[in-house]
Amino acid sequence: MELIAEAVGHCYGDVVALEKIDLTVHEGEILALIGPSGCGKSTLLGIMGGILQPTSGRVLVSGAAPPGSLNPFTYIFQDFALLPWRTVEDNVGFVLEHHPLSAGERAARVEDVLSRTGLLEFRRAFPKQLSGGMRQRVGIARALAVRPAVLLLDEPLSALDAQTRALLMEDFIALWLAQRTTAVYVTHNLSEALRLADRIAILSRRPGRLREIVRIDMPQAERGTPAGQGRLAALHDQLWKLIKAEAQVAEREVLEGGAHE
Amino acid sequence: MSEPNARAIEFRGGGFVIRPYRGAAMVFFVVLIATWEIVVRAGWVSALALPAPSSIVKALYDLAGSGPFWRNITDSLFRILAGWSIGSAAGLAIGSAMGIWSLPRAVGIPAVSALFPIPKIALLPLFILWFGIGEASKVATIAIGVFFPTAIATYTGIDGVPRNLIRMAQSFGSPWPSIIWKVILPGALPGILAGIRISASFALILLVAAEMIGAQYGIGAFILTAGNLMQTDQLLAGVVMLSVLGLIIGTALTRLEKRLLRWR
Repeated sequence: MELIAEAVGHCYGDVVALEKIDLTVHEGEILALIGPSGCGKSTLLGIMGGILQPTSGRVLVSGAAPPGSLNPFTYIFQDFALLPWRTVEDNVGFVLEHHPLSAGERAARVEDVLSRTGLLEFRRAFPKQLSGGMRQRVGIARALAVRPAVLLLDEPLSALDAQTRALLMEDFIALWLAQRTTAVYVTHNLSEALRLADRIAILSRRPGRLREIVRIDMPQAERGTPAGQGRLAALHDQLWKLIKAEAQVAEREVLEGGAHE
Repeated sequence: MSEPNARAIEFRGGGFVIRPYRGAAMVFFVVLIATWEIVVRAGWVSALALPAPSSIVKALYDLAGSGPFWRNITDSLFRILAGWSIGSAAGLAIGSAMGIWSLPRAVGIPAVSALFPIPKIALLPLFILWFGIGEASKVATIAIGVFFPTAIATYTGIDGVPRNLIRMAQSFGSPWPSIIWKVILPGALPGILAGIRISASFALILLVAAEMIGAQYGIGAFILTAGNLMQTDQLLAGVVMLSVLGLIIGTALTRLEKRLLRWR
């Protein structure tokens, strides 16, 4: 499935968060959205997934969802958004409960995604018994259970420590390579964007406008190698120069008046 | 090798840690009751003003063999159960509506804020006029007293449900009844149960007050009659019955909380 944002804008009261965003997310690619704090990255993601109404413009979709997809546009949240009173398997099962699946089909889907995310032995644990990394695995398993056409990831690793982030990133890449689901990945972290994305869309500080789209022409397998990492580091420096000044201004704005993501 | 002038860092992190003292409460009660018994038996306090614990136990034992004793208990149990059930059900329904929908909230919060501070026992004479001197007026007094804390606890509990959980359910396409039943109400449950605990103590207070004002049977009526007849051992036996009733309700609620909130 392809997502097309046409002149999308959004305001929170008098505050203009996003202005005239034109952006296409192509089928099977990972598009990273980066930009300074308060530039409207998460707002744009919310609009793309249909949980926020744009103030202006529209988001179009083309192509069909894969067979068996129960929720074409599926989020993975920064704060995991797990129901604390449900066990791991019940959290995953929650998103299937309102679909016309037999108990057997439902159980099979849950079993499958728990197995793919390494959560089988934690299936009866409650979220509070899990580390941050394991909780986000549950978030990923829940998203995979509905067989999404487009994954919308809202800073999914930012609440985790550096080691867990690196481990989960590798797991996410492996899962993504198996299915190549279209994904929009919001992050503050330039290294994450470079490691994962096919293209990086850079937003300006508030009101967020599309400044530049950078294509990363490097296969995923190469990015983990020392040579690939060297090239990514050079790209990192180049992109950082591009966004550093705005990030500094945005930081001061956030401290002074708060901001809407 | 340490420096000759080196000294240990002073520990400043002590205190402010609550430790469990198993059995401390039991020892406290045993000492209290023993002291009470000794003070009365020694004649330092008049047995008429404050009967010894042994006299209260004997009064309870004697009462247990009499028919009116059980009538007092069953009448009180009926009133508290009926009033608490009606008040809780109404409080849950109205509180949920106030927590979920904008219009009931816009109307409900000012109404609840205005009516909550009224001492509910003041409404008993009005309820007697409306419903008669029988059971209905007492049950209504308890129900109205239970309604307000339950409604307030329910809507504040719903307010406390993290919005990200509701957004999550919406993003996965959950229909709204499913979001209410599977996300909002379970998320609000800790607050609702805290409200039910408070409302149970309100119910007990109103039960006694209502029975003292207009009842022939019931623990409150029994205590009042015993007081009028200077039967202080029986009066305190009635107080013990209330205490046991409160303890049973409290224990049942604690068990319910442990069962329903084990995920915490």
